Amino acid sequence: MNAVPLLTLMVVVPLLGAIVVAVLPGNTARLAKPIALGASLVTLVLAVLAVASFDTGSTEQFQLAEVRPWIPQFGVSYALGVDGIALALIVMAAILTPVCLLAAWNDVTEEGSGREKRYFALLLVLEAFMVGVFAATDVFLFYVFFEAMLIPVYFLIGMFGGPRRQYAAVKFLLFSLVGGLVMLVAVIGVFVAGPGGGDGFLVENLTGNLDASTGALRWMFVGFFVAFAIKAPMWPVHTWLPDAATESRPAVAVLLVGVLDKVGTYGMIRFCLQLFPEASQWATPVVITLAVISVVYGALLAIGQTDMMRLIAFTSISHFGFIVLGIFALTSVGGAGSSLYMVNHGFSTAGLFLLAGFLVARRGSKRIPDYGGWQRVTPVLAGTFLVVGLSSLALPGLSSFVSEFLVLQGAFMRYRVAAVIAAAGIILAPLYILLMYQRLMTGPKPTFGEAEAPRDLSLRERVVVAPLIASFLLLGFFPKPVLDLVNPAVERTLQFVGVSDPTPALASGSDQ
Amino acid sequence: MPAAEFQAVQVDYAAVAPMLIVAAGALVGVLVEAFAPRRSRHRIQVWLTTLTLLAAFVVLLLWSRESMTVTLGGSVVVDGVSLFLMGALLVLSALAVLVMAERFGGVGADAFTPMGSSTPGSAQEDTATRAGYATSEVFPLTLFAVLGMMVFVTANDLITMFVGLEVLSLPLYVMTGLARRRRLLSQEAALKYFLLGGFSSAFFLFGAALLYGYAGSGDLEAISTAISTASGDLDGLLVPGVVLTMVGLLFKIGAVPFHSWTPDVYQGAPTPVTGFMAACTKIAAFGALLRLAYVGVGANRWDWEMGLVVVAALTMVVGAVLSVTQTDVKRLLAYSSIAHAGFILVGVLAFSQAGIGGVLFYLVAYGFMTVAAFGIVAMVRQGGSEASHLSQWAGLGRRHPVVAGTFAFLLLAFAGIPLTSGFTAKYAAFAPAVASGTTGTVLVVIGVLASAVTAFVYIRLIVLMYFTDPTGDDVVALVPSIPSTVAITVGVLVTVVAGIIPGLALDLASSASEFLL
Repeated sequence: MNAVPLLTLMVVVPLLGAIVVAVLPGNTARLAKPIALGASLVTLVLAVLAVASFDTGSTEQFQLAEVRPWIPQFGVSYALGVDGIALALIVMAAILTPVCLLAAWNDVTEEGSGREKRYFALLLVLEAFMVGVFAATDVFLFYVFFEAMLIPVYFLIGMFGGPRRQYAAVKFLLFSLVGGLVMLVAVIGVFVAGPGGGDGFLVENLTGNLDASTGALRWMFVGFFVAFAIKAPMWPVHTWLPDAATESRPAVAVLLVGVLDKVGTYGMIRFCLQLFPEASQWATPVVITLAVISVVYGALLAIGQTDMMRLIAFTSISHFGFIVLGIFALTSVGGAGSSLYMVNHGFSTAGLFLLAGFLVARRGSKRIPDYGGWQRVTPVLAGTFLVVGLSSLALPGLSSFVSEFLVLQGAFMRYRVAAVIAAAGIILAPLYILLMYQRLMTGPKPTFGEAEAPRDLSLRERVVVAPLIASFLLLGFFPKPVLDLVNPAVERTLQFVGVSDPTPALASGSDQ
Repeated sequence: MPAAEFQAVQVDYAAVAPMLIVAAGALVGVLVEAFAPRRSRHRIQVWLTTLTLLAAFVVLLLWSRESMTVTLGGSVVVDGVSLFLMGALLVLSALAVLVMAERFGGVGADAFTPMGSSTPGSAQEDTATRAGYATSEVFPLTLFAVLGMMVFVTANDLITMFVGLEVLSLPLYVMTGLARRRRLLSQEAALKYFLLGGFSSAFFLFGAALLYGYAGSGDLEAISTAISTASGDLDGLLVPGVVLTMVGLLFKIGAVPFHSWTPDVYQGAPTPVTGFMAACTKIAAFGALLRLAYVGVGANRWDWEMGLVVVAALTMVVGAVLSVTQTDVKRLLAYSSIAHAGFILVGVLAFSQAGIGGVLFYLVAYGFMTVAAFGIVAMVRQGGSEASHLSQWAGLGRRHPVVAGTFAFLLLAFAGIPLTSGFTAKYAAFAPAVASGTTGTVLVVIGVLASAVTAFVYIRLIVLMYFTDPTGDDVVALVPSIPSTVAITVGVLVTVVAGIIPGLALDLASSASEFLL
């Protein structure tokens, strides 16, 4: 156990950073960005410390735990703690935030220091809530972070986005609010069905302790699942994502799609599976079907897009389909694959969005047909784009391959048809990624008329992309550290659900 | 029944002292109107009113709290619930008075006409304005209304309740018609409020008569006893009596289908008065409804509960859906207050002690939000008159970031976003309802869906303030004076604190949630 409240610090440091950035007086406004970056780097250091003090062999479900009464009248505690999955996601968020801040360095420079301060402050607030939502081990606290998170995202899209930003922001908010409010009923229901008392909302007090009829528990499951399915997003409640992604700045899109949407899949593992084992198994056929539809539908729509950002958003819908498929396959291989996929998808989507953002910054258009032949103008940009794209389409040797393979293997053990259909997603992935690359980068050298030809990636931009590509290679060739981190958590979750792998001989393959 | 021998009633003066202080303050206020010179009347009245309310509050905390009892021959009961509600009424009305006192550099209170009896637009009105007249009598009227509200929440029999209802309503009818600007609208609102209010009072009175006929007493406790022991001869009077008294109360609450006055009156009344009504009338009416439903006729609630469930569901749905189409800030807040009334009714229908606690907390949380919100609405002006049309709020966030930011925060609280008191309150009212069973759960589901709709409305207003380009240049937020700044600040602070660390307020509300029988 650790005496230093690392998780709380990881929430407080970005928040403090945000406040400092927001209240900086006008003449020191140029310090805003370095301070913001500094705060996010300190958070990253804290995240590394958290990993260092995490014990993968521990018998406790949640480590680095902090529990204090918050609203005892409601049974609410301020309780933070992480298992392997949560920690992996927090580390991912802690890495992506400084990367995004750096990528967003010049996003709003021309719009005045006031707006710039607000932009960076909101990004930091978002980071604080992201850490909080993954670390919360109290259902009510989770809900609070889950809903509070919407506000900074809403403003980030609505104030700093593209031409249809208001439409996108409101759509995002409404979808999320409806999901969240439906979840609120289930949250109340969980407390009523649980043991009650001053700490009746703690996940560990609720797990296996819900006293309600099967029907009621299934309804509560549905309440949670709808919120998470909207967040993830799954077909048919995905329509907010392409709009939100294309209208927000690339850095915001990264945090939105790469990190925030993981709250949905993370919530399915932590709350749907853990609290409602029976209902989860009851719902599995439907969920698997929706997941497979998401995989294929997202991929098919991605192929047809002409807007880069929308294309990337649809690839994400496809990938989230894989993640949900792995989770609800209810096998240890599938679960481990999904957990790993959450991390990998965060990095590869970040790469795609940020590089696409760099392209847009040079050309001023998100439409793919406006490009062509750019590998002759910006070779480094094109090269990195290709690597990121290959990772996203799950080329062996790059990170997504490992996780996609594990997911399909895990799903195949139980749901062969679903796994086979989902495998079509792997075949469609090269199509949308490589077609996009072909249209953007290959072909005759473009002419720029009077204007100066765009410059290749700057040093700042290279610094942004380097850690992402490093993560692809590292996790592609040597995913063991992350798998070691998440495996105990996955197995514990499956214990809660009360299932074991159908063919254990196959399952052991994942640990090699 | 033979006439009883006359006996003087016992009065526990400590218990009713807050009411006596408010009544005395109001009477002194009338004398001030008559004798103080016009120049200093505004100042004297504001000080007098505020100090009266604060003194009553202090006395309530120090003495009345110690002597919870049934007094005045059983017609007034000072118990946890009524103490809590009286305290809330006193604090919130003090804040509302501070907002009413806003002068924006003028002679009298800015929101009120210089002379209520003058014809709008007439020469007489001009003369009154030039002569520096001011309707400072709104302050004693406010005190009378507060007195009526306190009687309303402490009333233990139907006649006292009716007296409270009338004492609180009559001053409000007058105050509604005293707006300085758009006076015809204001007078129309006052007339509407008076007529419909008169009807609802008549309904209440008729219901009270039927209940008296049923139980042989207007005493709530006696009615309750009669329900559980009655022989059945007069059973036909009971349900109509309950329904009619409830209609009277639901009218004051602004529940659908008795809500039609709310938008017009909220829009027409002077904005600070709207804030006062939205916060305090709601508290008083819900206090009376709680007592009637829990203490008086709770024993036969199976007969009327479904009706109230339907009213709650309708209130939430209609309030939320109609708020979408509003184009005026005050009407929008009026429909939002209808929706909130529905949410509170869900808590009432939990029929548990936790439900009472939730309702009390919700009422206070909503009161602080709404006083501050209307305080801000009163500040936003175009060409000297209040800019209450939504289009006039476009781009306010660019020019007045603090005002717009505060208002946006309050809107988020209305929407029930976590970390504001609005969320805590919603949870406090909804959780007991879910615990109470399937009906309650269904109501909560309707409630959260209605919340999503209202959230859309509030968010649209935030969008308008922040993301839309201003239409005219002359929309400004006036700089408020110290009193209304204090009121708005307190409202916002309570909204923040009760959202982040609601423990203390929740303890207070739940410890106050027991009726004294």
